[in-house]
Amino acid sequence: MRQVLEGSHAVSEAVRLARAQVISAYPITPQTHIVEQLSEYCANGTLDARFLRVESEHSALAALIGAASSGVRTFTATSSQGLALMHELLHWASGARLPIVMAEVNRAMAPGWNIWADQTDSLAQRDTGWIQLYCENGQEVLDTTIQAFRLAEWVNLPVMVNLDAFFLSHTYEPVDVPDQKSVDRFLPPYKPRFQLDLANPCAFNQLAPPNIYMEMRHNIQMAMDEALTFLEQMEEEFESILGRRHGAVEAIQCDDAEIILITSGTVTSTSRQVVAELREKGEKVGLLKIKLFRPFPVNMLRERTASASKVAVIDRNFSFGASGIFAQEVKAALCNFPGHPPVYSYIAGLGGRDITMEVIENIYWLTKKSTAPENESSWVGLREVDHAVGQS
Amino acid sequence: MVEIRFHGRGGQGTVMATILLAKAFFRDGYQVQSFPLFGVERRGAPVEAYLRLDQTEILIRTNVYTPDHVVVLDQTLLESIDVTVGLKKSGWILINRPSPPANLDSFSDYRLAVVDATHIALKNRLGTRTQPIVNTAVMGSLARVLGIPSMGAISEAIREEIPRQPKANIKAAETAYKEVQMLEVVER
Repeated sequence: MRQVLEGSHAVSEAVRLARAQVISAYPITPQTHIVEQLSEYCANGTLDARFLRVESEHSALAALIGAASSGVRTFTATSSQGLALMHELLHWASGARLPIVMAEVNRAMAPGWNIWADQTDSLAQRDTGWIQLYCENGQEVLDTTIQAFRLAEWVNLPVMVNLDAFFLSHTYEPVDVPDQKSVDRFLPPYKPRFQLDLANPCAFNQLAPPNIYMEMRHNIQMAMDEALTFLEQMEEEFESILGRRHGAVEAIQCDDAEIILITSGTVTSTSRQVVAELREKGEKVGLLKIKLFRPFPVNMLRERTASASKVAVIDRNFSFGASGIFAQEVKAALCNFPGHPPVYSYIAGLGGRDITMEVIENIYWLTKKSTAPENESSWVGLREVDHAVGQS
Repeated sequence: MVEIRFHGRGGQGTVMATILLAKAFFRDGYQVQSFPLFGVERRGAPVEAYLRLDQTEILIRTNVYTPDHVVVLDQTLLESIDVTVGLKKSGWILINRPSPPANLDSFSDYRLAVVDATHIALKNRLGTRTQPIVNTAVMGSLARVLGIPSMGAISEAIREEIPRQPKANIKAAETAYKEVQMLEVVER
């Protein structure tokens, strides 16, 4: 049934429909609404799950690693500093091949203390072996969270569903909340391939010396490759039951586009409007949304950008000493592909600064006017500030 | 697309008003989007929230800069905030106050409406004497000023979302709908 729902609650509804069995979390703005609603569902019996209140995010994930090892469906949610505190255990969850699902509300890292949208928190965790998905609206958040359990359990890897702070987490909009029966058809109960079992005692995560460690890492990469393939099949099934699909990437008017904007998260939604308006003015512009960040959909990216003369990546994140993180990934994906378009990198919207239609349009015109990328990244809309550090 | 900006103070139900209105407009067939100005809310501190409505899917996910209308839940905000910033010409400014202000200079180019939502809230025992919750009265008056959404949709949204005193809240909305005073374009 379509109803007006907050982005955070789209996650909560999805977790309820997925019949998660153990939920563990520590509150942090702007994630709190997600687990607030879930704790209510656990308290009033709407969801038959154990809700664990813990003393930190590190403990929240540690508790789920224990729970998931015993073979149950698990969920947590966090943001920013909370995710950073989980870092050690993020590696553990993927290395132990546990299908834990996490909602991550993208919020800036401190200091300066900032609770607003910024993807640097989750992108800084890119090498932890988690599948990462970035959503643009409440419907996609709900659908993706349900799918995340299916995907995680299929490849035995943890999945992080990312949503922008406030622009998505605190925004109310119409969302179709499917009925339990349809979700049950798509997502059957979790059948673990291995678990802690009193009847069949065994030990997990023991010493892995040099003669086996590399193979274990390679197995994780194989699971990542499998995730890319399975995602498509899974989306087909989801579509046949629930009538929607979103795609690892989505190409909007890219076929004849000379310039393709590449976005992730809520910027994609606003960019759809910008591209439609620029098209009306006769501009040959397209939009490529990247939803799946890990595994990175390299081949899809190559195919969709092949005929463009330039691509412009908008990053609401930054890797100090380098450039925008999606831009790095796009460059890496294209570099061995002869005749690929030059990649322009733009930094915008850090710490919740608004990425308005004007900002996006400006990025398009800057790219069109330029003959070649001049910087690793161009920062859009910077104010005049005193940059002097160590120069007295 | 219509964009409406709400100014209130923490504790008045400003954000809740935009959520309830979003639900009411959705009932009446509109596409909607509502969100607060993303800050750290505290009781008594200025709060801003926004509502977008359209006939088609709303794609834009940015703050509201040029609202079509403005709603002010606490008139003391007028002393510290220019509520007309970015407001489109001949847009409505709906203010919670007993009567129109004597000096209308700062409202030229706009349309002004006033409703004594505080009095209505107190009469219906919504909130406390020092902290009346005026949001449902303001919703009712806005429905009259704009001609949308329907009062039926507002009542339904209140009934579904407000577990405490739904009847008193609906009564407040209905009273405000009747009592709001609308001035046409204010001229200098």
